[in-house]
Amino acid sequence: MKNDSNHLRVSKKTNLKELREGFGASWPICLGYFPIGLALGVLAQQAGLPWWAVLLMSIMVFAGSSQFICIAMLAGGASLLSIIATTLVVNLRHALMSSALAVHLQNVNRWFLSLFAYGITDESFAVNMARFRDQEWSKWSALGVNQLANLVWIISTVSGTVIGQFIPQGAFGIDYALTAMFICLLIYQLRGAIFLFTALATALITLAWYLLIPGDSYIVGASMGGATLGFLIKRRQRSEHALD
Amino acid sequence: MHLTDYMLLFAGMGLVTYIPRWLPLLYLSHKRLPQWLVDWLSLIPVAILTALLTPILFANASPRTLDLTKPELLIAIPTFLVAWRTKSLGGTVIVGMLLYWLAGMLW
Repeated sequence: MKNDSNHLRVSKKTNLKELREGFGASWPICLGYFPIGLALGVLAQQAGLPWWAVLLMSIMVFAGSSQFICIAMLAGGASLLSIIATTLVVNLRHALMSSALAVHLQNVNRWFLSLFAYGITDESFAVNMARFRDQEWSKWSALGVNQLANLVWIISTVSGTVIGQFIPQGAFGIDYALTAMFICLLIYQLRGAIFLFTALATALITLAWYLLIPGDSYIVGASMGGATLGFLIKRRQRSEHALD
Repeated sequence: MHLTDYMLLFAGMGLVTYIPRWLPLLYLSHKRLPQWLVDWLSLIPVAILTALLTPILFANASPRTLDLTKPELLIAIPTFLVAWRTKSLGGTVIVGMLLYWLAGMLW
């Protein structure tokens, strides 16, 4: 009995520690979210949204690009249904990220996964995948990344409606924070020839798709296309080796 | 718009945002994944990162045109080098920001 409660206390402490590790890993995301969140708040305020609507949106939606699109569409007088439909299309890419994360969250209980899924964004996905690969990264740490980023997003978007106009644009190059973060996380992912090939193939497909087809379908289309090309080459290599 | 309109809109947006994040995770986490799917999914992060970065570095947004002279691309070169040499996420972000800031003042 005594052992049991001790054990429980230890595991609880560990969860908390892991969660905090996640918070620590989240700071580049938070740094990048801050100016974007402020900008969103400013635009929302200019479009006539009150601060509490921005608060509700950041809590209920938590998807930066579609929130920007929503505000632009509201300002343009779009119908609610067309805004929701656009949101669906813009955020479908997360299904791909969710699938890739599933490899590292095997047999985790469904309640935890349901909470975790809320915080899957481009940025948290990239940070968590890099960590899952390279070290023992627990589900609690991964959740910590998601939720601190979420909190900073909520605070910065709401602040934007109030103080956004007074912040000078582009201060300290903060607009480049997420780009630099993506660059470093991409370097982490280049772990061999096949990954390099996948990146180059994806870049070419992305560029063509982005220039020729309006909208955001290039993210899902080029990612799946590039990954499939890389996968086929890898498989071919493997079967050639098998023949040797 | 009133509170009810906003609630309706954000509930709808929230739902269509949440479901694609939730369903694949819920379904695939409790299945034995075939090796080919694991192999394919292992290439998804590098592909998605590339797809997100490419337009930022190589193209203008409106109208969409190819552009090889963006400061984003120029700054990306030293940023890539720092990331490659140091493997430090924090260091890369700081150096990238500072260089971009400097470039903005010189441009």
